[in-house]
Amino acid sequence: MDQKLIPDGLTRCSFGRYLLWLAFIGVFILWGAYAATIIFMKGLTVTGLDNYFGFGLWITFDLAVIALGAGAFFTGFLKYILQIDQLKNIVNLAVIVGFICYSGAMLVLTLDIGQPLRAWFGYWHPNVHSMLTEVIFCITCYCMVLIIEFIPTILEQKQLNKIPFLHYLAHNMHTHMALFAGLGTFLSTFHQGSLGGMYGVLFGRPYAFREGFFIWPWTFFLFILSAVAAGPQFTVLVATFMEKLTGKKLVDFRVKVLMGKIGGTMLCLYMFFKLIDTWYWAAGILPQMGFTFDQMFYQVIYGKWLLWTELIVCGVLPAIMLMIPSMRKQPFFLYLAGILTCTGITINRYVFTVQTIALPVMPFDKWEIYIPNWAEWAPSVMIVAYGFLVLSLSYRYLPVFPQERKLNS
Amino acid sequence: MTHHEFKVKWGMVIDLDKCTGCGACMVACQVENNVAPMNDASNKLRTLTWMLVYELSNHKDFPEHETAFLPRPCMQCGAPSCVPVCPVVATDKNEEGGIVSQIYPRCIGCRYCMAACPYHARYFNWLDPVFPKGMDKTLTPEVSPRPRGVVEKCSFCHTRLNNARQRARAEDVDPLDFPVEWYQPACAEACPTGAITFGDLNNPKHEVNRLIKSPYAFRLLERLGTDPQVYYMSRRDWVRYQGDNHLAHEKH
Repeated sequence: MDQKLIPDGLTRCSFGRYLLWLAFIGVFILWGAYAATIIFMKGLTVTGLDNYFGFGLWITFDLAVIALGAGAFFTGFLKYILQIDQLKNIVNLAVIVGFICYSGAMLVLTLDIGQPLRAWFGYWHPNVHSMLTEVIFCITCYCMVLIIEFIPTILEQKQLNKIPFLHYLAHNMHTHMALFAGLGTFLSTFHQGSLGGMYGVLFGRPYAFREGFFIWPWTFFLFILSAVAAGPQFTVLVATFMEKLTGKKLVDFRVKVLMGKIGGTMLCLYMFFKLIDTWYWAAGILPQMGFTFDQMFYQVIYGKWLLWTELIVCGVLPAIMLMIPSMRKQPFFLYLAGILTCTGITINRYVFTVQTIALPVMPFDKWEIYIPNWAEWAPSVMIVAYGFLVLSLSYRYLPVFPQERKLNS
Repeated sequence: MTHHEFKVKWGMVIDLDKCTGCGACMVACQVENNVAPMNDASNKLRTLTWMLVYELSNHKDFPEHETAFLPRPCMQCGAPSCVPVCPVVATDKNEEGGIVSQIYPRCIGCRYCMAACPYHARYFNWLDPVFPKGMDKTLTPEVSPRPRGVVEKCSFCHTRLNNARQRARAEDVDPLDFPVEWYQPACAEACPTGAITFGDLNNPKHEVNRLIKSPYAFRLLERLGTDPQVYYMSRRDWVRYQGDNHLAHEKH
């Protein structure tokens, strides 16, 4: 039925089956939309947030997807600025994943603020000293860059591409893509950093506070490094997941190995500085504030296991797997390392968001526990479903994977 | 961290040895500042308590067991952790007197300031304020109620400061140096034991200027460098000790 829209030479499942798949995704989107409607009508009182946990699942989710979506800017930088040509086979997917992550995060943020109608105040009354201001500006600008980067792929859709104007527009946008890749790299580097800076500047919160360089706490640089370590690997995982789902080869394994090598190198760099940072935090910053390392943890929910899992199991271990060529070249280890890295970065964003504010700072205060409720899970699941929707549409109707024909012939 | 200094610094000294934990300061604060009652206030992490009384314990068994009560308003920090993080300048410390402002019509409700404040002095409006029938007649006319979705906090009853300044101008008195009785926040006024002393920390004519020099005076979490304008006093070592975090070898 939609055969005329599917790129030439590619086979896709039947339209009926495709509609069923979309309906399945639609259920989750509707669930999230229902929760969003309730939240807009009744306010944040329907969530599990409170005066201790002003930040919760949504901020963790936003920070995690923004880090995982860093594959877009970093792959773009490597492809268009450093001219690593092999990455042309995965850069389209990286851009789409980045677009999903950033647009999804912005959607969640509109839910998360108490006065959504005042969201534009961030641009109109900016506080230049706030890391959050920088995040607001850079995320918005970078989301626009991602749209610009995504447009040529959309214009290459079989029917659209027959229109001469759109054909030449797509061609010209491709020609100038290095400019947008450069712009995206600048913007993304800064807001990835500012997201880390947001926590590092909290001098009233011992779990998060870090010293740093000039106006930037060390978390600024650590968040950039962790994002460029996880982003490329997440793109590989998405490509592989799509391959499993569709039963087709979409990206040459050698490209994935190259992405793994790049991500692994960045992970090594990140872990080097992260381990030093953790040691200095425990041995320097905390004692200055009158705290011990042990006081930073509480029972199982905020236990040390989170830190060791993040640093060792999901940090050092995948870095080793990715740095040993013989391991990296085995799909099992490549994908396992990717999963571990992405898990580690998600744990990192979680503890910086939740554990930071769960920790009692006043000696007579006590630990509090945060458990998100359905009203927070539903919109988060909706964003994941929205990602599936965009990827499903892109995979079916757009020439996302340049190697697909060759690999499946 | 930006440090703010002013000629006039309004501040409090709370004598914890006089505080009985009766909660009159909390009630007076809520009445003065038009904090609406909640239908269900059982979740204490959702209530609006600009002034909150904490219970301290020396963690010893009977008969050595002792408790103390610590009223906690906004500390009006000299180096506030909340002000620099606000993305929309909805909170600031830029007025003579050093009170950290909160501009409700500007606040977008991102709650970053709440994450920044180690004293938990900031509160989010989870619900729109609803005053039971008849209660509207008891509201303080100068204090604006806050809508759902914005952050609020203790303002040292700022409208009372405005009234005092207005009176000073009308009576040809320096609006930066008027009699301390003209400006007292509701909590200080309501305290039955006189535990809360309020005034200009920099003004030698005010009692607080003398009290903060007492060897028994301390501030909460001084090590963090927030430089609060609220001081506490206690002759009990263990109470003062709980004003900050200490490592084992720092025990006195």
